[in-house]
Amino acid sequence: MSHDQLALLHEIQAVEFACIDLQLYLDTHPDDHRALADYNAQAQKMASLKAEYAERYGPLMHFGHEPAGYAWAWVHEPWPWEIAY
Amino acid sequence: MWVYEKKLQYPAKVSKKDPRMAKYLITQYGVPDGELAAALRYLNQRYTMPTRQAKAVCNDIGTEELAHLEIIATLVYKLLKGATLEELKAVDLGGHYAEHDRALFYTDATGNPWTATYIQAKGDPLADLHEDMAAEQKARATYEWLINEAHDDPDLVDTLRFLREREVVHFQRFGEALNNVYEEAQRRRIF
Repeated sequence: MSHDQLALLHEIQAVEFACIDLQLYLDTHPDDHRALADYNAQAQKMASLKAEYAERYGPLMHFGHEPAGYAWAWVHEPWPWEIAY
Repeated sequence: MWVYEKKLQYPAKVSKKDPRMAKYLITQYGVPDGELAAALRYLNQRYTMPTRQAKAVCNDIGTEELAHLEIIATLVYKLLKGATLEELKAVDLGGHYAEHDRALFYTDATGNPWTATYIQAKGDPLADLHEDMAAEQKARATYEWLINEAHDDPDLVDTLRFLREREVVHFQRFGEALNNVYEEAQRRRIF
């Protein structure tokens, strides 16, 4: 995996982590509007990073959640457990 | 339903091959308070949670635990990669080799297989949420022992510290869900 691909993957992991943590917080604080605004901002950032990743390196998600492009890149290696982070 | 993302939640790194740490780490794969037990426990309890918040917390933490299961699997896979049979036998993984070669399996550090009797669903949200909180604390304690053992591998320690921290956050959220269940029960009594 190239340096650029790994860097973008790290960036996605960081933004998604913010989304996960905010999601759990919002589950028990659904009326916290500041957290909700943070969640929406991070979610938007994640969507654009993932679209960029999919376009450059192939989809991160399956089952129709992202377009596959013109070659079936889903079967390409490395799989997540094979990546040298 | 669940949708797979072809990435880990956290960049799980190890500095070196280490069958000894693999043997200890597999415990978070297949013990009563490991990641598999956590995911299956919470995702199964969500059906009979009485409040919106408790359902969401069980659903979302259960889902995050599946991502942690994948991180543990990745760490074990990497720690065992390239290990010779002699190296496996030296850390008493000969029995594991005979049964599974270098494949992963849901066992504790001494080879006992995972069983559904490790977890509960009482249908009583107070009992279930207390079990969940206890499970998070026990998993946190195990991560601390593992971090002590892994001191000569800074990359492994980094990932274990992330997983330990998540146990603390999950404990907090289950506690808030528990308060929410109490509050709802009280509200219903008043009206």
